[in-house]
Amino acid sequence: MADHKTIEQRVKEIIVKQLNVNEEQVTPSASFLDDLGADSLDTVELIMAFEEEFREEIKGEIPEADAEKLQTVGQVSDYIKAKAGA
Amino acid sequence: MQTQSTGQQQQDGRGSRPVVREPSRRVVVTGLGAITALGHDAEQFWAALVAGTPGVRRVQRFDPSPFASQVGAEVLDWDAAQHMDPKEARRNDRYTHFGFVAAKQAVADSGLVMDGEDRDRVGVMIGSGIGGMYTYESQLAVLAERGPRRVSPFTIPSLIGNMCSGMVAIEYGVRGPNFGLVSACATGSHAIGEAMHTIQRGDADVMIAGGSEAAITPFAYATFCAMKAMSEHNDEPARASRPFDRARDGFVMGEGAGILVLESLEHAQARGARIYCEVAGYAASCDAFHITQPDPEGRGLLLAMSRAIEKAGLAPSDIDYINAHGTSTPYNDKFETLAIKKLFGAHAQQLAVSSTKSMTGHLLGAAGGIESVISVKTIQTGTIAPTINLDEPDLPDCDLDYVPHTARAKTVRAVLSNNLGFGGQNAALVFKAV
Repeated sequence: MADHKTIEQRVKEIIVKQLNVNEEQVTPSASFLDDLGADSLDTVELIMAFEEEFREEIKGEIPEADAEKLQTVGQVSDYIKAKAGA
Repeated sequence: MQTQSTGQQQQDGRGSRPVVREPSRRVVVTGLGAITALGHDAEQFWAALVAGTPGVRRVQRFDPSPFASQVGAEVLDWDAAQHMDPKEARRNDRYTHFGFVAAKQAVADSGLVMDGEDRDRVGVMIGSGIGGMYTYESQLAVLAERGPRRVSPFTIPSLIGNMCSGMVAIEYGVRGPNFGLVSACATGSHAIGEAMHTIQRGDADVMIAGGSEAAITPFAYATFCAMKAMSEHNDEPARASRPFDRARDGFVMGEGAGILVLESLEHAQARGARIYCEVAGYAASCDAFHITQPDPEGRGLLLAMSRAIEKAGLAPSDIDYINAHGTSTPYNDKFETLAIKKLFGAHAQQLAVSSTKSMTGHLLGAAGGIESVISVKTIQTGTIAPTINLDEPDLPDCDLDYVPHTARAKTVRAVLSNNLGFGGQNAALVFKAV
């Protein structure tokens, strides 16, 4: 039923699973490194998980330069929506 | 530093130079942790061992049908996330799970409270013979199937054999001597021996030491089967590991971890700790003979055993029990018996020898860890765990008292524990009642 979920919901679910955090912590402004306990290795793995989940929307991979800018939950959702709409 | 020699010249493989005993601090065992196919803590494990319980079954984690050996002593009903932070569990290999959780059990058992300790003087030495085999294998599959960009950034931290020691240090914030150590199937014994030395020479007051292994994987089975090293008694798994028996045909893989908390005697006494026994002697040696086959004369092992006993300030006749390497391979059990007979002479027929690998399987780098736990429990309880499945001793090569089938009550003052690894490395430890 993944098709019926919003991009925000799908992003949140990945973060909850990968970082083992509570759903309530995953607010749009939450920073992976500062608020959600991630380290640099976690962020690499998160980007890989987003690429897998949003293969259709992103139509490829997230370039390194883009990945570096994705530091909060909201930035990821916005990025994917922009790619999907493009 | 003043040194004194208590060794004696020997021409039969005990070495041409005498052993040197340095005046040094005594080291005692104050905590035990164990995770094996026979139980998820040291007490369960020991109870199952003295009951003569076989831990070997048909392998469940993967379909073993294509493999020549289809049996193993797996840790079942195990969810690492129940015992450690789920995020840390996900980021680490199964071998680290076992070692980390067993280390926590050992520290809890010792009653040590790290808040009251000088954390610069607490170290960790947990070895693994192979390291993160699951991680290695699963990520190689990712590379082959999905390409390099999908390989996990946690691959290297998970698979390196020193990560378990690092994880335990992070857990307790202890900054003392810390590394992994590798000598194949002798790893756990070397780790405990080197940790003992670390305390003796004054580099730490407390060491968390032992071995951890999780190599029941398809790749590991394929590779060990290719060597014809593993038992093919697939129709009777519980009877596949049969050290010293005429029908033995190879080792059976086990998995898990065995960890000890070691302390200087003064440190343990100062905090009023319960002291199980002393780690009194340790020696390491090499066969310098063949990559995998033990020396048919048992010279390397003889050297390790004799030096460990001398380092402990004992004579061979003081040893009451040997926890043998006893892998259930045709060569090991024959040559180990020969080495014991050469060193102990007439006393070889008086002492008890058993191979607990008949129940636990062979935990490779963790063998020395769990067998050290067994050695300590033997002294504590006055019970010797048996060699199960020893229906017909392989005479005349295997003719010692191997404590067949059932445990035996006996006052044990000193235990010798042997482990040998591919590469020809040998380690012997002597545990002594205090």
